[in-house]
Amino acid sequence: MSNFRMTRFAVTMTAGLLTVSLMTACSSNNATTVEKPQTDSTTTTQADSVNAQDVWAKAAPEGDMSAMFGRLTNDGDQTVTIVSVSSDEATEMQLHETVMGDDGSMKMQEKGGGFTIEPGATLTLEPGGNHLMYMELTAPLQAGADSTVTLTFSDNSTLDLSGAIREYSGAHEEYVPDHAMDHGDGHDDHEHDHDSDGHTHDH
Amino acid sequence: MATEPQDKRSGGWSRRRFLTAGAVAGAGAVAAVAADHVLQGSLRSGKEAATTATQLSGDNSRLTFGRQTVSFDGPVQAGVTIQPQAHTRLMAFDLVESVDRGAIRRLMRLLTDDARSLMRGVAPLGDSEPELATVPAHLTVTVGVGARLIRVAAGESFVPGWLRPLPTFGIDRLRDEWSGGDLVVEVASDDLVAMSHAARLVTKSIRSLAVVRWMQDGFRHAYGTHPEGTSMRNLFGQIDGTVNPVPGTDDFAEVVISRDGWLAGGTSLVVRRIQMDLDTWDDIDRVGREAAVGRRLATGAPLTGTTEHDEPDFDAADSLGFTVIPDFSHMRRARSENRRERIFRRSANYEVMDQHGRPESGQIFMSYQADPVTQFVPIQRRLDELDMLNEWTTPIGSAVFAILPGCGPEGMLGETLF
Repeated sequence: MSNFRMTRFAVTMTAGLLTVSLMTACSSNNATTVEKPQTDSTTTTQADSVNAQDVWAKAAPEGDMSAMFGRLTNDGDQTVTIVSVSSDEATEMQLHETVMGDDGSMKMQEKGGGFTIEPGATLTLEPGGNHLMYMELTAPLQAGADSTVTLTFSDNSTLDLSGAIREYSGAHEEYVPDHAMDHGDGHDDHEHDHDSDGHTHDH
Repeated sequence: MATEPQDKRSGGWSRRRFLTAGAVAGAGAVAAVAADHVLQGSLRSGKEAATTATQLSGDNSRLTFGRQTVSFDGPVQAGVTIQPQAHTRLMAFDLVESVDRGAIRRLMRLLTDDARSLMRGVAPLGDSEPELATVPAHLTVTVGVGARLIRVAAGESFVPGWLRPLPTFGIDRLRDEWSGGDLVVEVASDDLVAMSHAARLVTKSIRSLAVVRWMQDGFRHAYGTHPEGTSMRNLFGQIDGTVNPVPGTDDFAEVVISRDGWLAGGTSLVVRRIQMDLDTWDDIDRVGREAAVGRRLATGAPLTGTTEHDEPDFDAADSLGFTVIPDFSHMRRARSENRRERIFRRSANYEVMDQHGRPESGQIFMSYQADPVTQFVPIQRRLDELDMLNEWTTPIGSAVFAILPGCGPEGMLGETLF
């Protein structure tokens, strides 16, 4: 299991602050919402039970990491479990959670066992919390465009999530993997370039 | 200044507010009286309370307009026609070099999503201060474009013939930092916090596509200080904007709204940043000031009339044979026999401090018209040739934009460009 550390937060913020999500409200509903027709429960897949709202992704240049956020509600009567996520726009995607490490810093890590949503419950994906992680973008996520990812559930059903790409400076996805050196220091530089002249990154 | 009493909520807003006027008689300059104090009888007599505070009692929701919204959807962008809000920020942007047609489409989508959410009082996706979006106070976000943006999006043939810098006027002292732009976004609200948040959000949202060229903040009377429809006063103390087409009328549609092709439902915006020299204006007495404009300062009435909206009589002469409304007056010079040469004004005051705290005052002149070349330019030419007010006013910025048509609930600003 990969374990990532969110370096910028770790050095600038205290653990106490980080226990609170930096963004507690995603209150817009102008995202693309995936509606699924409800069918007989005997034929209803896990994907059919899930409705998405306020889905958005953070703009980032090709090669960088990014994340998708939103709210996923289980409108069915069975527990659903998201076991994986993928996208044409990234070499790999992971289901991430944010946990506090032994040293008090917050760490992003792959969510073991996936995201489980009980019937009637809503899974909130948000900066500083659970999110869908693009590990290495194969194309830039450009503000104003849409990004689409595919969720796979434990019954092998799939759900496409699509949402607007937005500028967002928080939730720095410059995670330095503890034991995956192929995403090492070079990433810091890349991210820094993007921050300082992000407006020129229009491909 | 008004002091808020303790916030008591029981099923919605039950906050009581008091508008206070003047000082407490015999008690010094206590201009603000806390409502609780009034309720608790801490003032010595009812008579005192009556002279110091006017209680707007009853349904307190009437006093709170923060959550009132203006609809984004419609054939004309709401910011063109709504009663001007107390605060406005005009933001001009330059497109980054690399933008292409696809990038313009993304830009328009971002602006549309942001405007639609913000005007509804709903935080746009990714808003890192979402609570600031929930009190829009009549917020409008209005989008206009320059020739370059249209050219990139749709080609030269889509660029209106009038969409170019105004001709040079003799009185102009234009500065590049207040002129031009590929894109303009006006964010206006009756609450300054709402305006500030919306402006920052939009700027951040489009930062990969457009960089700020200039920003101008303007202000008018606060919401609720005057009956709706009252013309504002500028910093010379003059009632400003009296002769204006009325939104919703056929005349307004004729004068202001474009009917041409992709721009049908849109209009043009002329922005002029006009410095006003309050120090030299101070040298002029009231008679001189009224003659300079042709209107009474107290009422805004023409010198030949008694109320603001009286038609001026330009032929009326005094006992010496001089016209009552001087030929050099601003009103006389602005007026045309040609009914087509009319514009819709929606100006705001500005006041900025330099690094030493010295204020510079002026007006952000904003006029909307279907065609600025045939409507605005003739007026400005006459004013350039002769207008007593030129003595105290100096245009230092100028820009022309095509204000995009409005769009429906599923629509996107600028959709007719694609």
